Amino acid sequence: MATLTTEMAAAPREAQSARFAALRRREQWRYLFLLAPALVFLTAFYGYPVASMLMRAFYDPSWGGQNFAPLVEASSTVEVLGLSLPMNVYLRVFWITLQIALVTTVCTLLLGYPVAYALSSISPGRANLLMMLVLIPFWTSILVRSYAWMVLLGQEGIINEALTAAGAIENPIRLLNTRFAVYLGMVHILLPFMILPLYAVMRGIDRNLMRAAGNLGAPPAAVFRRIFLPLSLPGIAAGCLLVFILSLGFYITPQLLGGQRDVMVSMLIQQQVDLLKWGFGSALALVLLVLALVIYLVFTRLLGVERVFGSARA
Amino acid sequence: MTATANREMRGDPDGLGALGARVVFDRIEKRYGAVVAVNDVSLDIAPGEFVTLLGPSGSGKTTTLMMLAGFEIPTAGEIYVDDDPIAAVPPYRRNIGMVFQNYALFPHMTVGENIAFPLQMRRMSRAEIASKTGEVLELVGLPGYEGRYPRQLSGGQQQRVAVARALVFNPRVLLMDEPLGALDKQLRERLQLEIKALHEQLGVTIIYVTHDQEEALIMSDRIAVMNEGLIEQFGQPTDLYDEPATRFVADFIGESNFIDGTLTQHDGATACVDVSGLGELHAPARPGYAAGTVVALTVRPEKIVAAENGSAPGMNAVAGVVEDVVFVGEMRRYVVRMPGGQRLVLKAQNRIGVQNFERGDPIRVCWNVADGRIV
Ligand SMILES: Nc1ncnc2c1ncn2[C@@H]1O[C@H](COP(=O)(O)OP(=O)(O)O)[C@@H](O)[C@H]1O
Ligand SMILES: [Mg+2]
Repeated sequence: MATLTTEMAAAPREAQSARFAALRRREQWRYLFLLAPALVFLTAFYGYPVASMLMRAFYDPSWGGQNFAPLVEASSTVEVLGLSLPMNVYLRVFWITLQIALVTTVCTLLLGYPVAYALSSISPGRANLLMMLVLIPFWTSILVRSYAWMVLLGQEGIINEALTAAGAIENPIRLLNTRFAVYLGMVHILLPFMILPLYAVMRGIDRNLMRAAGNLGAPPAAVFRRIFLPLSLPGIAAGCLLVFILSLGFYITPQLLGGQRDVMVSMLIQQQVDLLKWGFGSALALVLLVLALVIYLVFTRLLGVERVFGSARA
Repeated sequence: MTATANREMRGDPDGLGALGARVVFDRIEKRYGAVVAVNDVSLDIAPGEFVTLLGPSGSGKTTTLMMLAGFEIPTAGEIYVDDDPIAAVPPYRRNIGMVFQNYALFPHMTVGENIAFPLQMRRMSRAEIASKTGEVLELVGLPGYEGRYPRQLSGGQQQRVAVARALVFNPRVLLMDEPLGALDKQLRERLQLEIKALHEQLGVTIIYVTHDQEEALIMSDRIAVMNEGLIEQFGQPTDLYDEPATRFVADFIGESNFIDGTLTQHDGATACVDVSGLGELHAPARPGYAAGTVVALTVRPEKIVAAENGSAPGMNAVAGVVEDVVFVGEMRRYVVRMPGGQRLVLKAQNRIGVQNFERGDPIRVCWNVADGRIV
């Protein structure tokens, strides 16, 4: 004890804090080390190819901006808030893409919110069991599930057959290759991505808060509007962001279920690649990527990143 | 203090919900499947009374409060507030204030918004809300804290905000579920006195829950001791301490000795308890006990004294051996082993003239028969 005290007194404080700083640095290096394998893998096999592919927008066929020219060339104009903006077939595809993503997001939210609420209100054990049901679709590929919708919705599909047999309709109605079918398929596929973040946030909401609100005189509707809804906002934000950005890049489902007019950006890119117009395809991909990033940034800036990915307890 | 003076002090001379309500639990029972959380509880709480539900964790205190607040529905029985049955009234129309165990402040609202919430639900005007919020924050000693968020407050401050929010709409009954459980000892003691002062100032009926017997003794007009869903005893603090109804109450409130024996004679004013290896001890008789029953004679450690010649009439005297001594500052705590093997704890004040004993010393202890009790 005595020797320890003298030793400590003799050791200059600066040397001590330098030693602690070194320890802290070593700790940080250790975390970096854990990241390294994944980082190397992603850089080599994902980052580099994507970057080089996107660069083609600028140097294929030659260095310059001509790959972006078709996007700004106006074949017609639209009036937005008194401004006349250029419009052409490519911009229309972007517009359709945004539209589909938005409707899909809103529908998954409307369908997913009550499910997440119910799951978060029952005991965790039972909720885990039911969550398995929510996640079962993940075990089947998107391709298979899109084909399944085709079987259901086709001219000779199960729904039309059943309706005809029941005498409800005379001729089969057109269900497949419509915008409706696209929404149906996409909502079905993306619903779990909405439910999961909603559920996680709602689980964290202290149910005593709702009792307290009731005790203070709030009828159930007011408890929901003033307490539960605001506290579940981070989940809504995270779920919407996830579904919206995933929707922007959807390809297989709209391709198989959509009509001729339901062209999304990813399908347009695919067409360009088929035509070996790599430069224009890259330009489209780049614009889509920037669009997604801008939406992400605006969204998180608007709500605050902590609100989107933080806990409900704030 | 008169009721009118009370109301005038609060600036509420017409007494709209200003004073406490009478609360009656009539044979309330609550089951969860096979678990009986609350078992046949009956309580009659006077207007303006401060009643504490005291009991160990899991004894049904929270469930009892929740039934009064309306969040749990009794499986049997009825609760009356001012003679009106409230079973059919939803929680948001009961007008009963509640301070939750973890305060349950709304994290996304400021202190001002939290306190305004019950007033907004009652459709008060903006100006009225602002003035009432300011007033009640003044009352709990947090003036000017409207703009803070709950997370920016200390535990004690959050507790005060919770009290302010529960009081701002002038409820006639205030429920508090272990409101000081999360605070350190010093703060707890200060807030105990503050809550007590608030109670006296406002005249609201308070039903308070705690597992801390000292807190219950300090604050309450009456205490209901709960154990496994049952009320063991309902009475004033001094009654519970001096005349515990059951062994559980004697054990839970303060420290007690229990000497196991058999009731040999039980008539008139005195009961005789035969303790094996020790002989007969005496205690005041209690109605409802018959000779031949196995009982315990309970006596508080501070009622026992060491005495050379303590066989005066009206005293129990026992010779034993000091088995352990603990020095506790103002007193010494002795564990005495009595003939027959049972042990007795006594507390001797550290005073001039009081003889000190060491471990192994023979000792003679005695206590007044009137201080003993059969349970
Ligand atoms: N929702 C519930 N479901 C099942 N059992 C419950 C529920 N709430 C309380 N209990 C049981 O009821 C008993 C009393 O609980 P509680 O009133 O919380 O006790 P206390 O507040 O005195 O600690 C406990 O045994 C508890 O396990
Ligand atoms: Mg409790």
